[in-house]
Amino acid sequence: MIVIGGLVPAIPLNKARLCQMNRDGRVKPGHDEEGRIILMATLHARSPMRKVVTVAALLLLFVLPALALDFPALTGRVVDEANILNAATRASLDQKLADLESKTTNQLVVVTLKSLQGTTIEDFGVQLGRRWQIGQRGKNNGVLLIVAPTERKVRIEVGYGLEGSLTDAVTRLIIENSILPRFRANDYPGGISRGADDIIQVLSGDAEEFKQRAAQRPDAAPRSISLGTVLAVLVVIWVIFWLVRQSAVQSGRGKRRRSSFWGTAWSSGSSGGGWSSGSSWSSGSSGGGFSGGGGSFGGGGSSGSW
Amino acid sequence: MSRSAESIIRLARIPVITILFGLLVSGCGVNTIPTYEEQAKAKWSDVLNQYQRRADLIPNLVETVKGYAAQERQVLEAVINARARATSIQLPPDTLTDPEAFKRFQDAQAQLTGALGRLIAVSEAYPDLKSNQNFLALQSQLEGTENRIAVARRDYIEAVRNYNTELRTFPGVIWASTVYRSAKPMQTFTVAEETTRPPQVRF
Repeated sequence: MIVIGGLVPAIPLNKARLCQMNRDGRVKPGHDEEGRIILMATLHARSPMRKVVTVAALLLLFVLPALALDFPALTGRVVDEANILNAATRASLDQKLADLESKTTNQLVVVTLKSLQGTTIEDFGVQLGRRWQIGQRGKNNGVLLIVAPTERKVRIEVGYGLEGSLTDAVTRLIIENSILPRFRANDYPGGISRGADDIIQVLSGDAEEFKQRAAQRPDAAPRSISLGTVLAVLVVIWVIFWLVRQSAVQSGRGKRRRSSFWGTAWSSGSSGGGWSSGSSWSSGSSGGGFSGGGGSFGGGGSSGSW
Repeated sequence: MSRSAESIIRLARIPVITILFGLLVSGCGVNTIPTYEEQAKAKWSDVLNQYQRRADLIPNLVETVKGYAAQERQVLEAVINARARATSIQLPPDTLTDPEAFKRFQDAQAQLTGALGRLIAVSEAYPDLKSNQNFLALQSQLEGTENRIAVARRDYIEAVRNYNTELRTFPGVIWASTVYRSAKPMQTFTVAEETTRPPQVRF
């Protein structure tokens, strides 16, 4: 039980999902943001060991990777799960993609897939992009070049923020003219490199624009102070006042036990109140010092097959 | 020193109790229903946005096809009429709880999807049209828009599922029956007919 409970802090459940238990004692699946099923084991409310059971029910959280697609790990800018790229191509691609990001902050990731796991490449692309959070937060300037050789499908998935420059028609042209002819001749490394080159060319096409974007690079989003922060600060101030007063009381007269009791209750309440700013998932796993910047996708781009 | 600290404490007591009460109540999920409601409405705006984008593409597409395949009058008119119908049925976020309005909206959009599908299928028979650059660009934009519609719809369905679940489960059900009596479950998409039936191409 303790071991399972130990998993709980690693799961960014919010209150709503914790509360998603049926009162009739049935197990009810909920979903977290990543689409994984969370099973909440709830037990009958009239059972004799009610308190123990309630605590146990809260601890019994299983995260099962059911229903969700099995995404490859984000091991770098080139994720070659289908193993169709040679080492030299991989290295040169990686270099080009890193250059693109340092110049423009746009993140382009090349991924080859062993299998689409029964879904469409469009569906897989959006979900993979959102899972990896390719692109910078707030700019959503990520692009995925996805190749599924088993299904003979290719897709350029464009993040919200780049739909204006890398339009559906442009991605279609890149796929039709640069990628598919080479794929049809079984030249996967050539097609992928050429496609990536074309995307990079489009993305760094406007010199002024990318200079501007590069200048904005250091964390542009100013953070506003939320009400929760203000309240937390107020509570902390109050606790300090209380401690000052406590010491004064101890050094002076020893009366007024009542307020000291309340003070204890409040100070513990402020630390255990469960007030936290919304935590977000960091992207899957970040090997090689590369990770998604928090961008999102809305289905832009286009697909092709050969 | 102790006296002044004491008086500050006394003054601070009422605001602190209020604040802690607020923390306690929001910890119990009093904010969850309006939060989910706003999220679902925002997702709905995305859906509307993408449908609008599709509607905006259609006049150009119809003009291009007309240039090469004017004899397909029936198909072209079906698209124009379906577009007119779909754009005339508006469903702002505040009316999402009305099942009939939602069904009308969904039917109109499904009809437009069907008409567009036929238009694209028919255009396969015109090699000149198929190789027209403008048509290719429009076609890829249309495909991209259909895909965006699918993504926006899925996000909306997910947001509504969260919201509706919150209204019916503990502790949301308490707030729904006390503080947020006006909160009603929102409508969501049923699986559209055209996705369960393979497209029919007649020659």
